[in-house]
Amino acid sequence: MASFLDRLFRRAKRGSGSIAKDRLRFVLQHDRINLPPERMEEMKKDILAVIVKYLVIDRDRVEIALEQRDHNHSKLIAEIPFIKEYSPADNDSEAKPDKSDKDIDKPDKDDKGGG
Amino acid sequence: MAGKAVTITSGKGGVGKTTATANLGVSLAGLGKKVVVIDADIGLRNLDVIMGLENRIVYDLVDIVEGRSKLRQAMIKHKKFTNLHLIPAAQTRDKMAVSPTDMIELADKLREDFDYILIDSPAGIERGFRNALAPANEVLIVTNPEISAVRDADRIIGLIEAANKGPSKLIINRLKTDMVKKGEMLSADDIIDILGLSVIGIIPEDRYVLSASNSGVPVTLNSNSQAGAAFANIARRLTGEDVPLMNLDENRGFFWRIARLFEGG
Repeated sequence: MASFLDRLFRRAKRGSGSIAKDRLRFVLQHDRINLPPERMEEMKKDILAVIVKYLVIDRDRVEIALEQRDHNHSKLIAEIPFIKEYSPADNDSEAKPDKSDKDIDKPDKDDKGGG
Repeated sequence: MAGKAVTITSGKGGVGKTTATANLGVSLAGLGKKVVVIDADIGLRNLDVIMGLENRIVYDLVDIVEGRSKLRQAMIKHKKFTNLHLIPAAQTRDKMAVSPTDMIELADKLREDFDYILIDSPAGIERGFRNALAPANEVLIVTNPEISAVRDADRIIGLIEAANKGPSKLIINRLKTDMVKKGEMLSADDIIDILGLSVIGIIPEDRYVLSASNSGVPVTLNSNSQAGAAFANIARRLTGEDVPLMNLDENRGFFWRIARLFEGG
């Protein structure tokens, strides 16, 4: 009877099929470029380290990810929102944005870069 | 005659390469094509038992390559289809006994007499796979709706493309339609989307496949089997015929589902 009810009221729980799909995508992205997730994290840190020399960025909203359609089409997509130009006086504030600053929430299409 | 060499491979083992090779061989022969199937899994011979020809092996692939047997001597004629032949793998040697060049030369000879040369690749990405891939005009990749099988398929897709043998086509084997519906299995579309390949056939999970291998009569000869019909369709697609993908839900409408509800499984 329990199984009857289970089938009747199919729970909204996420099926393992879609979990499998997400896990596969992740694994294949790294397999295909032969860059394990850990090295990718290091690379992201290096990229950001360069950028913060010039810009104050909104670290909470940084997204750097691989995008792939197949073996021949891989690209790194980086979305790095910045708050304002770097000035030495901002040194202390690091990249912590002032939440009241309206500019932060505005998605800025121009800082999307592909390669 | 300029025959076509079709290699069936997968990366991962146990996904159904040998079953697919045997069934495509039988189906193509049933369509009147002259077919030779080659078991390239040297050391782990199996295509012979799946086809029910294990008792008739005298010579094997390595005997041909090393000149102990003439090509014709080593080819085993199928019991039912006289236009279907098997070249079995050697059981007591290893993959290094054959080179990719040997395979290319062998296929070139066979092309003169056969329409299709089906090569059953071993699992893995090493020498055995290289041997099976070398003479291929076309590559079919067998995978299952399961993470490890799809991952390995992706790996060999890369190797096949690097060898300029792509694009290969996908056979999705052992799909459980009821599980896909419940969201508990990768769907065919998920796999196609992730691998970026076109699909040449989807084989539903089917208990007749095991009975077929038990009895050595490929499942495509069983008219009750959905998997058998799906293999037959792949064979027709290989010949260039435009055959739509089977509806795997046939006879599984509303009443079927109600019946399932009360099965209490």
